Amino acid sequence: MIIVGELINTSRKPILESVARRDAEYIASIARRQAEAGASYLDVNCSSILDKEAEVMAWLVENIQKAVDIPLCIDTPNPAAMAAGISLARKGRPLANSITGEKDRFAAMLPLLLQYHARVTGLCTDDQGIPETAADRLRVARDLVHRLTDAGIDIDDIYLDPVLTSLSTNNTAGVEVLTAIRLIKEEFPKVHLICGLSNVSYGLPSRKVLNQAFMIQTMAAGMDAYILDPLDRTMMGFLYASQALLGQDQYCRNYLSAYRRGLYNEEQRQQK
Amino acid sequence: MASYEELQQGVITADEGKVEDLVRQLLAAGNNPLDIIARGLTAGMAIVGQKMKTGEMFIPEVLASAHVMAKGMDILKPLVGDKLSSIYIGKVVFGTVQGDIHNIGKKIVSMLLESGGFVVIDIGVDVPAAKFIEAVKREQPDILALSALLTTTIPRMKEVIQALSSANLRDRVRVMVGGAPVTQSFADSIGADGYAPDAVLALERAKQLLD
Repeated sequence: MIIVGELINTSRKPILESVARRDAEYIASIARRQAEAGASYLDVNCSSILDKEAEVMAWLVENIQKAVDIPLCIDTPNPAAMAAGISLARKGRPLANSITGEKDRFAAMLPLLLQYHARVTGLCTDDQGIPETAADRLRVARDLVHRLTDAGIDIDDIYLDPVLTSLSTNNTAGVEVLTAIRLIKEEFPKVHLICGLSNVSYGLPSRKVLNQAFMIQTMAAGMDAYILDPLDRTMMGFLYASQALLGQDQYCRNYLSAYRRGLYNEEQRQQK
Repeated sequence: MASYEELQQGVITADEGKVEDLVRQLLAAGNNPLDIIARGLTAGMAIVGQKMKTGEMFIPEVLASAHVMAKGMDILKPLVGDKLSSIYIGKVVFGTVQGDIHNIGKKIVSMLLESGGFVVIDIGVDVPAAKFIEAVKREQPDILALSALLTTTIPRMKEVIQALSSANLRDRVRVMVGGAPVTQSFADSIGADGYAPDAVLALERAKQLLD
């Protein structure tokens, strides 16, 4: 299971404030904590800073890499900020988040992926908008996979995001994504599937419960990467447990190792 | 006997059968269709909006209430004809700016505006500035509402406001802006007249702008 730690995002107030005062130590500490909690990648998103996004991206990437050795997920729709982040990423291969099926965005991002040999998140939206049905998602997914692999990107480097929408405004928002995951996996067994979970619970109370339930359901359908808060111990517990229950954790190695490190177990943490 | 209070309750609890029955009963008892709309259906929706604001109700329930209200309107609309406009408090032209295809936030705000007595002309998503200008000329709304959900598209809002000025329409319409990345200070910086952080407050702000 691939976990992308989501906390370094300037839409979160503590991050925005630390960026404003160029507090590299705070950024480093959030990076370290997420890595220690089991993140495979760290997301870096500063797209809320409109005018200086590329400059802030470079600053964040440099400082995160001084603190941790895991690769980064450069998260921006803006090609200039993507270039700034991805060109500096030197801890393993970065994940570019994201390309879409939209003509202009695809054309602007593709050369960067190739130049820096990056992995890529492909959002299943195109010029026709946000997909509603599983079939819409499959259509955009197919198009993205074909265009990316035709351009020379390895299918194993593609992480498709089926685009979660809010259950509060559409009863079938969850089930369409679950069906889409199955259809995409059937057609492209080697492609990865990734998502953030919070969209699904927008507008409803106790959002964490819905996010957790949907992580478990999507994992059972074939999702193998999540953008989430690795410091959320309940979520991480469900993640390791689900992985083991799906037969993806030989000898329950990850489940037990995370248990010993106290990543989800309350008693263990209190003893520390 | 059926009452407006009961009809309001039917809207709040999103009881479709009850609302349709009560509308028919109220009509049979000789009530004015416009009164049934204003004092029953719209008044019920206004309470729903308040309950959403206080956290007692949630978006799916608001959608269910709006659906039921629409069922009631289906019965009443043919009876009131063009007199319907007499109960509207104002007209809003609403669109999501160019480059942005988000629709749901706009739909929820539209629904609450309609429940609050506005007539809403939804001109869609990914709307270029020129199309906003055309719609303002054609519809002559009280308010032009702009939605954007992306940090990369909110600068388009400023362009729409500039286009209004260039077309000499800026003083003919109030401009409201909203969407996740929009803030009050951003709204001020681009010269918008109104901003609200959520759908319920958007209705309140829209009413204030009419004064």
